[in-house]
Amino acid sequence: MDDELSINIASAALICGFFALWEVLCLLLGVSDLILPRPSDIVATLIDRFPVLWPHILQTLYTTLVGFALGVGIGVAIGVLIGVSRIAYGVAYPLLVGFSSIPKVAVVPIFVLWFGSGTTPAILTAMVICVFPIVVNIATGLATTEPELEDVLKSLGASRRQILWNVGLPRTMPYFFASLKVAITLSFVGAVLSETVASNRGIGNVMMSASSNFDVSLVFAGLMILAALGVALYVVFSMLERRVTGWATRKNDFAVT
Amino acid sequence: MTVQRPIDAAQPGVDAVTTRAPKAVKLENVSVVFGRGEKAVTALAPTTLDLEKGAFLALVGPSGCGKSTILKLVSNLLAPSSGVVIVGGKEAKAKALKVGMAFQNPTMLPWLSIERNVMLPLKIVPPYCHRFRAERKGEFRDRVHALLDKVGLTGFGDHFPWQLSGGMLQRASLCRALIHEPDLLLLDEPFGALDQFTREELWAILQDLYLDRRPSVILVTHDLREAGFLASRICVMSPRPGKIISDRAVDIPRPRDIGLIYQPAFVEMTQELRALIAQVRK
Ligand SMILES: Nc1ncnc2c1ncn2[C@@H]1O[C@H](COP(=O)(O)OP(=O)(O)OP(=O)(O)O)[C@@H](O)[C@H]1O
Ligand SMILES: [Mg+2]
Repeated sequence: MDDELSINIASAALICGFFALWEVLCLLLGVSDLILPRPSDIVATLIDRFPVLWPHILQTLYTTLVGFALGVGIGVAIGVLIGVSRIAYGVAYPLLVGFSSIPKVAVVPIFVLWFGSGTTPAILTAMVICVFPIVVNIATGLATTEPELEDVLKSLGASRRQILWNVGLPRTMPYFFASLKVAITLSFVGAVLSETVASNRGIGNVMMSASSNFDVSLVFAGLMILAALGVALYVVFSMLERRVTGWATRKNDFAVT
Repeated sequence: MTVQRPIDAAQPGVDAVTTRAPKAVKLENVSVVFGRGEKAVTALAPTTLDLEKGAFLALVGPSGCGKSTILKLVSNLLAPSSGVVIVGGKEAKAKALKVGMAFQNPTMLPWLSIERNVMLPLKIVPPYCHRFRAERKGEFRDRVHALLDKVGLTGFGDHFPWQLSGGMLQRASLCRALIHEPDLLLLDEPFGALDQFTREELWAILQDLYLDRRPSVILVTHDLREAGFLASRICVMSPRPGKIISDRAVDIPRPRDIGLIYQPAFVEMTQELRALIAQVRK
């Protein structure tokens, strides 16, 4: 407990130190605002422009979360279908790995082509980019379930559905939540990326237009917001993970991404 | 306590009466081969065995001879390579009997507390499963705790499996095999990780439960005194590929008292069994 506290304090100190160093170095070296604004400038811009930024923050969160939710739904469904059968798992796994190594950025122009610019391609990008880690983890979790655990239920005459529900899925939860942490971050990246390329709303778009207006401190303000949102989403899902899969934390080598 | 009838050493376990009695389990020329081609391992040579309804059979034999394999056949976790397995008058996969099984490794689901692990059969097996939602915090819970108390796990219901020792897990696993009052009890070395005193205590408890409800039991054990004390019949298996080489009745009236195991006749019986196994191991 004490260890955990001192580690937390140390990492907070590291973050503060990073910004302090940034500020001091910019002042000492006289770096121009147009190249690298100081943190204090960025914070001032953030507060100043917050009313304008707020709808964009909501937009980015909205596309991220909707895309993520769709991705989780689809990912779980496909993952279960593949994972329940060892043969299906063996057959589909190479394909999955192949798909998940395609840079998903490449799909943005296709979505724009199909659905025009705006919210839809952002949601779809967020979805596509997060589906594969979820599918791979769910399928792996199910397919690697120890036969001994299934035998406990089989000996009682349980049906396949009961075995899936009482053994397969609970046993897969640590994999699932580990993949959610990865997936939410990816969704966020996907949504912002799509906004940057093809949207007139969202933080990605704000940064894009700020950069073409040489509003450097606004670009950095956007970056700060993205960082904060990314961290917040990650933290929410790791807390969820810890609550739901506490039983597995004694052996913490889960997650295949 | 005295042994009222002499222990019948020579007579085979299947006599005229038991042959006609209804059978809980019947193996007819059942063999099991793992793998194919050059790597094929015969785990069980063609074996014929039947278990009368309500009988208590102990299965002993050297390690790797196929004892666990027989239990897996009966509980339909494994399909025979040849022959048929009849359980409760139907093929094993029909699941005609309510089976309770304690595995050689006391596998508990790691995400469930001991209480929920022990309760698992009540969630799956009819008729209990229909009342599971309503009773899991009421009657079923009390039942689980009563059984945990009996095996000396009072207060461990809300612990998780990794918080228990090997012997404690084995006792929990025994509870899980018993909780749904099975007709057929399959116990694979259920007391292997226990000290002598706890073990003897559990023998007595198991005997009480057996006398109470008279399920059919197959007990796999390496402890000959355990086999003699609990069983009404002892089958000895040869080394792999295993088959049954001796089948004898243990004609001691029940309830049996633990002092029995020091009686000369009892000691003589276990020594005979021991000599037999020592001989076939070579
Ligand atoms: N899944 C498997 N694949 C291949 N061979 C197996 C498998 N399970 C068991 N065997 C083989 O079958 C034989 C019988 O195994 P079994 O588990 O029934 O032995 P056992 O009599 O229970 O031994 P022990 O007393 O050590 O528990 C063993 O020799 C083993 O090599
Ligand atoms: Mg065994």
